[in-house]
Amino acid sequence: MPDKRLKRVDLIFSEDCIYKDVLTKALNKSKEDIIKEILDSGLRGRGGAGFPTGMKWKFTSEQTESEKYVVCNADEGEPGTFKDREILTRVPHKVFGGMAVCGKAIGAKHGYVYLRGEYRFLKADIEKALDQFHKTLKEIGSDFQIHLLMGAGAYICGEESALFESMEGHRGEPRNKPPYPTIAGFRKKPTVINNVETLVYAFMICNIGSKKFHDLGTADSRGSKVFSVSGDTPIPGIYELELGMSLETFVEEFGDGDTKAVQVGGASGFCVPRKKFKDTIIGFEGVPTGGSMMLFNSSRSMYNVLKNYVEFFEEESCGQCTPCRVGCQQLKKGIEAVKKGEKSAAYLDSLQKLADTMKITAKCGLGQSVANSFSSIVDNFKEEMIY
Amino acid sequence: MPEIKELVKQLADKHGRNRESLLPILQGIISEERYISDFAMTEVARELDMSAALVYGTATFYSFLDTEPRGKYVIRLCRTITCDMKGKKQILRTIEDLLKIEIGETTKDKKFTLLETNCLGWCHKGPAMLINDDAYTELTPEKVSEIIGDYMKNR
Amino acid sequence: MAKTVNLKIDGIDVSVEQGTTVLDAAKKLNIHIPTLCYHEDLCVAGNCRVCVVEQEGAKNLVASCAMPASEGMIIHTNTHKVRNARRHVVELLLSEHNADCTKCYKNTKCELQNLASEMVITEPMFIDLVPFKEYKIDKQSPSIIKDDSKCIRCQRCVRTCHELQHVSALGVAYKGDHMKISTFFENPMYDVVCTNCGQCVNRCPTGALIEKNYIDQVWDAIYDPNKHVIVQTAPATRIALGEDLGMEPGSIVTGKMAASLRRLGFDSVLDTDFTADLTIMEEGTELLTRLKKALVDKDQSIKLPMFTSCSPGWIKFIEHLYPEYLDNLSTCKSPQQMFGALAKTYYAQKKGIDPATIVSVSIMPCTAKKFEAARPEMRDSGFQDVDLGITTRELAVMIKQAGIEFESLSDEKFDSIMGESTGAAVIFGATGGVMEAALRTAYELVTGREVPFKNLNITAVRGMEGVREASVKLENVLPAWSFLEGVELKTAVAHGLTNAHQIMEAIKKGEANYHFVEVMGCPGGCIGGGGQPIPTTPEIRRKRAEAIYREDEGMKIRKSHENPEVIQIYKEFLGEPLGHKSHELLHTHYHPRKRV
Repeated sequence: MPDKRLKRVDLIFSEDCIYKDVLTKALNKSKEDIIKEILDSGLRGRGGAGFPTGMKWKFTSEQTESEKYVVCNADEGEPGTFKDREILTRVPHKVFGGMAVCGKAIGAKHGYVYLRGEYRFLKADIEKALDQFHKTLKEIGSDFQIHLLMGAGAYICGEESALFESMEGHRGEPRNKPPYPTIAGFRKKPTVINNVETLVYAFMICNIGSKKFHDLGTADSRGSKVFSVSGDTPIPGIYELELGMSLETFVEEFGDGDTKAVQVGGASGFCVPRKKFKDTIIGFEGVPTGGSMMLFNSSRSMYNVLKNYVEFFEEESCGQCTPCRVGCQQLKKGIEAVKKGEKSAAYLDSLQKLADTMKITAKCGLGQSVANSFSSIVDNFKEEMIY
Repeated sequence: MPEIKELVKQLADKHGRNRESLLPILQGIISEERYISDFAMTEVARELDMSAALVYGTATFYSFLDTEPRGKYVIRLCRTITCDMKGKKQILRTIEDLLKIEIGETTKDKKFTLLETNCLGWCHKGPAMLINDDAYTELTPEKVSEIIGDYMKNR
Repeated sequence: MAKTVNLKIDGIDVSVEQGTTVLDAAKKLNIHIPTLCYHEDLCVAGNCRVCVVEQEGAKNLVASCAMPASEGMIIHTNTHKVRNARRHVVELLLSEHNADCTKCYKNTKCELQNLASEMVITEPMFIDLVPFKEYKIDKQSPSIIKDDSKCIRCQRCVRTCHELQHVSALGVAYKGDHMKISTFFENPMYDVVCTNCGQCVNRCPTGALIEKNYIDQVWDAIYDPNKHVIVQTAPATRIALGEDLGMEPGSIVTGKMAASLRRLGFDSVLDTDFTADLTIMEEGTELLTRLKKALVDKDQSIKLPMFTSCSPGWIKFIEHLYPEYLDNLSTCKSPQQMFGALAKTYYAQKKGIDPATIVSVSIMPCTAKKFEAARPEMRDSGFQDVDLGITTRELAVMIKQAGIEFESLSDEKFDSIMGESTGAAVIFGATGGVMEAALRTAYELVTGREVPFKNLNITAVRGMEGVREASVKLENVLPAWSFLEGVELKTAVAHGLTNAHQIMEAIKKGEANYHFVEVMGCPGGCIGGGGQPIPTTPEIRRKRAEAIYREDEGMKIRKSHENPEVIQIYKEFLGEPLGHKSHELLHTHYHPRKRV
């Protein structure tokens, strides 16, 4: 297994370039060149699912419809994730730059930033940054326009099709797929929807070139990524790290010396126990993450952790599909019943089977992942669930 | 009631009268009123020429689009595990003692409503809370007393 | 030609048109995949997840109702993985469901129960969530009961109310474990924009939305020796009732129905078709009168187009959403209510029965008729004109309760008087029927000749197109109607309230200038009524409509004005159409309602 040393990098936040020049350079490229650059970089979506960004752009660019959209998913709701807020606070213009470049590549005239309601305090600053950005664009000769839309407190809207529903004024309920957003997204038009971080990387790749990005990371996980580190760590915060390190390396850097488990990828991610740190690569070949890294030391009850997660999902499931809506309620009631002794420990096995069903039958990607934390925590900390 | 009617009309003028303007309009009502009454929803339905049940269904989907009366200041305390690990329960107790209300309740003077909410995105600086749109992080009982005290006295 | 795609389902090759779902492709192979949220009339939701199947190469199972078939796809519908998953899904639904089946109106007719039975679910796999829920039952409406404890959140009702009816009295509210089907602010159905059409009831897979049944009250009346129980049966019941009693869709059971009603113990077995004919006389005359006032007298207060007023769902729709058009409604009561008013006056007098002892029961394809019967406007006989309205489905239950073997009954006739009818009356049951019946009579009244269509069949107004238009030119008219010479009578027909909405918007914008518009609240007209046998699908509606027109063709008399009992009632009781007595008993006005 390749185990990269922990390496801090700074592609996202550094301001050692002249923004307007980067933007001009990027927008002067042909759409084919832009897409090739992104494809060559190996950049995969930073929201968690990891779909190759260049492919998304390519598919959308191939659609012949005249009306297309770029949507920036800033509905950062995964527990343990806060990197998008940081990015939008510190380098919003780079996010917008990524959107404009994407717009050029796919042939879209309008972009939308969908910002979660919890970050409303950022609204005024983002609007100011947008004004400045539109001015810069005008100077360059681009008429691309970005609009800001606000969420209103619904985790599920981070799911791309739910986000479109929300943008269209509906309940944020995920749609059936296919069709995928590249064919029918916002307003049922071809749409690229990317996470905040993905767009910044795309923008920076246009500046530094695909090779420099591609040289970082591993075969499956190119480049670097912004991590949101929280929990039992002496140094919580935002870190941009090269991909490909093992969890052991990560914990050496961020742990408090007593780390018993790390929840990688937030409440919908996987819980890795100490004994598996060494063999777990953080990346698409191992455990993928949208950036959330929650550390727990031996003083923590993993039952409490799991209960907190399933309560979250019970409430934040959109509620339309059976496996997610009822499954989450059953997982929560189930672990409570086992803890109280109302159900035998064997009931956890039935719940594990239910969790497996939820993963393969739920309607949307988030619904399919809500049981991940359940499976991995119950697998690794079964005793804590019972006693 | 006439003010709400006027408010909804203004919001519809501003955002447009189609389904896509529904969320911005509802958010506009929240900014002014802190909650969306059945009357306000009826007005929205009328302005957008859509079913009131669908307005209601959309509003109730979103945690921040409250449909019952709220205080002037809505406190939303983050309930995610990381905030919990950093002492959220103590913060909650402090606020409850200070305002003499429990979660879900509004003070008699209609100034404060206390709610819990899902991840606010401040896990590295927990415990965190929002008061209306503003975020307050790394709360301690002392700090939160000071913040709430300031709202009680000065706003 | 549409492109075809080839796929393999359970080892069998199948070619289907591009865009066909895996579910439909499997149907083609007679492979049955269970469904719950799916309904042929509605857009695909894909939310119950009961129809999942395995697709080779895919990590997850796919919902066959929502997955388009694609070239080279290999599907398995009956693997261990699929069966386990479906079982889990049904178990989950059951855990949220108040499975008190023996006390449920839908017992043995519930799609969830059928699935549970098929899967032989005996022990619950998961924790019962019902005690943790605060489920509500809304029984306030005279038409519909909404019991949230039976709801599986498939949203068929929500899609029905939105897509077919453009009403959206029901929506989805809240999310997560609190997600529920709700009216505006969870107000009772009685107090919202609901038209009582019952299309949701017809599509609800469980007992969450059911008609309020009056079966016991009807039995009580029948068994009361001091009551004279009169029953009337709507045009569309006679071509659908058989479906609930083991017969194929499209079976005409008029004679068996009359026989069964007699066996149930009704004292007078009469026919709503009689008052359907009467409606044509009144409404046709009203139309011609309106045309005269508008065209000759230039009376600005006369509203055109005139809308039909037979469908109580449509009436409530217009009261809520287009109150400014209430004056366009024909003032005629519906055939049910004309019948009710005459049963306790004319019929009682002729038969020497004290009207106070009459219990007037109607058998309707409709749930809105229950509400209509209870309207305060409907007491012109001095009593509540119609006491109890029951649906086709409720009648089927009563027939079963009485141990009647329906299929083996010999045909019987309705009693007289108020039992005679024409082909024009029976077609009231299908969309376009009222229009056709009205034209048959009005044209002849004005010109002295039969309508110029082969076999009197005005095919332009028939069919299942949502909105249909037809015009008839009036030439060589009789002297009394000379003002109509050369007038092209423009008509339109709409069925299902979404189509009604479309026509209303066109009228509102001035894009349509009709003289006469027929609107039926339910898709297909009354044959697809909310009170008709379940399931009702496009195919079944088509068969029922065919049966209606067969029944018409087979009738001796096919024009309302030739109904001898109609001629008789004008002679003996009413005087003339729109006369004083008619106004008193057969006409009414409706009032605006709030929009929510």
